[in-house]
Amino acid sequence: MPKLLSGAEIVFKALEDQNVSHVFGYPGGAVLPIYDELKNHKSIKHILVRHEQGAGHAAEGYARSSGKPGVVLVTSGPGATNVVTALADAYMDSIPLVCISGQVPTHLIGTDAFQECDTTGITRPCTKYNWLVKDVNDLAEILHKAFEVATSGRPGPVLVDIPKDVQFKKAPYDFKAKKVSKSLNGSKSETLSDKKLDQLIDLMKKSSKPIFYTGGGVINSGPEASKLLRELVAITGFPITSTLQGLGAFPGSDSNFLGMLGMHGTYEANHAMHDCDLMINIGARFDDRITGKIDEFSPKSKKVHVDIDPSSINKNVKVDLSFISDINIFLSALVKRFKSKNKNFVDVNKNKIEKWWNQINKWRAKNSLGFRNSDTIIKPQHAVQRLYELTKNKDTYITTEVGQHQMWAAQHYKFDEPNRWMTSGGLGTMGFGLPAAIGVQLAHPGKLVVDIAGEASVLMTMQEMSTAVQYKLPIKIFILNNEYMGMVRQWQELLHDKNYSESYTAALPDFVKLAEAYGCVGIRATKPSELDEKIKEMIEVDRPVIFDCLVDKMENCFPMIPSGKAHNQMILGPEEDKKISDEGKILV
Amino acid sequence: MPNSKSAYSEPSKISRSQRHIIVVWVDNAAGVLARVIGLFSGRGYNIESLAVAEVDRKQHMSRITIVSMGTPEVIQQIRSQLSKQLCVHKVAVFKRDDENILFRELALFKIKSSKKNQEKVKKACKKYNSVVLDKTKNSFVIQVTALRRDIDKLIETIRPHGLISVSRTGAVAMTKGAEVFN
Repeated sequence: MPKLLSGAEIVFKALEDQNVSHVFGYPGGAVLPIYDELKNHKSIKHILVRHEQGAGHAAEGYARSSGKPGVVLVTSGPGATNVVTALADAYMDSIPLVCISGQVPTHLIGTDAFQECDTTGITRPCTKYNWLVKDVNDLAEILHKAFEVATSGRPGPVLVDIPKDVQFKKAPYDFKAKKVSKSLNGSKSETLSDKKLDQLIDLMKKSSKPIFYTGGGVINSGPEASKLLRELVAITGFPITSTLQGLGAFPGSDSNFLGMLGMHGTYEANHAMHDCDLMINIGARFDDRITGKIDEFSPKSKKVHVDIDPSSINKNVKVDLSFISDINIFLSALVKRFKSKNKNFVDVNKNKIEKWWNQINKWRAKNSLGFRNSDTIIKPQHAVQRLYELTKNKDTYITTEVGQHQMWAAQHYKFDEPNRWMTSGGLGTMGFGLPAAIGVQLAHPGKLVVDIAGEASVLMTMQEMSTAVQYKLPIKIFILNNEYMGMVRQWQELLHDKNYSESYTAALPDFVKLAEAYGCVGIRATKPSELDEKIKEMIEVDRPVIFDCLVDKMENCFPMIPSGKAHNQMILGPEEDKKISDEGKILV
Repeated sequence: MPNSKSAYSEPSKISRSQRHIIVVWVDNAAGVLARVIGLFSGRGYNIESLAVAEVDRKQHMSRITIVSMGTPEVIQQIRSQLSKQLCVHKVAVFKRDDENILFRELALFKIKSSKKNQEKVKKACKKYNSVVLDKTKNSFVIQVTALRRDIDKLIETIRPHGLISVSRTGAVAMTKGAEVFN
């Protein structure tokens, strides 16, 4: 007779066997048996958050920065519904999360019991998969399956809902570590045939205006994929642009890098995407913030798409050649094949793409990220640039909230390594950055972790400062405070006749006093002359900091693709005539 | 709608909605049907008919047949989303006018009327493999199997003759010849 374990013990056994080091959670009636068991498992550290959404985003930050799945533990009813935003966020941005939720006892399910909700029903469309465990004998298998599904193929969140009686009931636990197959979840990675690779290499050799367009898939594939991407660019000499999620996979300071593309991408990146004759999409998904109007998206190019998720191929944009593959596997095959056949390609091909580079450099000369700096008022772009200059020699991790500050961070902070940039791209969740920074700091003790924030976003999850203080996590909340929901205000200014409906926050807290109330450090910068000194002070404090950086209230984020026009007609900034047609207003 | 302002692009050419039949082999387990159906409802698609039952006891496998209107692009996306699901074994999608596919639907009609009208109904149903399953003095229940559109027409024909209740299974499909869906 094998030893019998309770459901709660099985949960921890499974977490131990999955090498889980941190669980982000919040107790409640329906998960108490699991919390009761916590004390017997010293290798697993529980991080008590202040709201379950915070647990979800912290787990996302942990996962995105470490490559390991983030684990969340919440109670039934409101515990589960509070974490839904984070699950949806992780689903959009392909972040592996395993969420364990308590449920009312089996015999009460469907009776409107206290703190009951249909958790698997609510989370079904925002998880890769979810399970309601009705038999403790299935629990171990489901938990391990959950980890496998979350981390394999295109990563994403999963949820395991465990009724309270199942947590008490006993069953044998038997687990033999299996090799995690990358192929699970329908994404049957294809075997990369030389013939198909040669088709791509042939396109690359024929192209006179090529571009690599890379995304979060490179990051998700692991640091090896980023190395291979660098090698691929080095052996081809092609220009490369990245999506918001892909930043860091290729060094932002490299001369082949055109900057981010898309709605607030650089002039050169968007023009190059529009005019190219060969677009090689590696691990990106033709998101609507990237393509703008689909029928005018890169009209003259052959398009190649590499993605681990077969449902991404031809979803938004029809492509000419596609590979369903993990990026690391794909890049290593491509680089090997390319090198074996094309010695000195960069030199041989130089003439062919010289004109293209000349054109790109002309676009570059527009200096689309330029802005008019000021001596009297801190410009938000300047603040991000100074933060970058003063932190670039440390191995710094940046998280963000959502809005103007996020775009300025993406534009002006240069990432040279993967997993250093954590931002909510797909779902655009305000309040993401602060709890995410907590997760990042736990995964990387001793590293500098900065949340570049807006004052409106950060108030949505501000309560998690208390978590940072409790666990002595010296995260830095760098608030670009313009008193507005800046991106909303910008759209209202440009598209809604300056009707600033409800985008101004009239009663903001004093962030320095707020910091003190939480037991952390508050710093305020009000003028450009004191900015550097204050940023240095922030970096040097070994405690959590809220940095209140008062910036220009009316600054807009440029460049911007605003209109019914194509990528090659983006607007650069206040100097340019910004007439937007009614037709164009729809497209911003 | 003058001055429509939104954060999203305008739709480009939208293809015409067409009737599709989607056949899905799934695990016969709780939540699986909801997962499949959610891919339609989440896109605002109505399901015209749905037939589902276990077809393999040993493997606990059910076969779902769904009829729905949709643009080919969206149906293709639903198909690839379905293929990714853990609980889905395989998926087949085809148009209604596909000549290699057999479609059938079973319907039950309850008729309450005079003898004369009852005969009219029986006659109309005759060419659809009709079987009378139950009868009383002034009523009967009749079963027919036919194509959906034929059943639609038949209903209109017999409605004036005392049709008081209709029950339909929804379409099921199978390939002609020795081939199976793959």
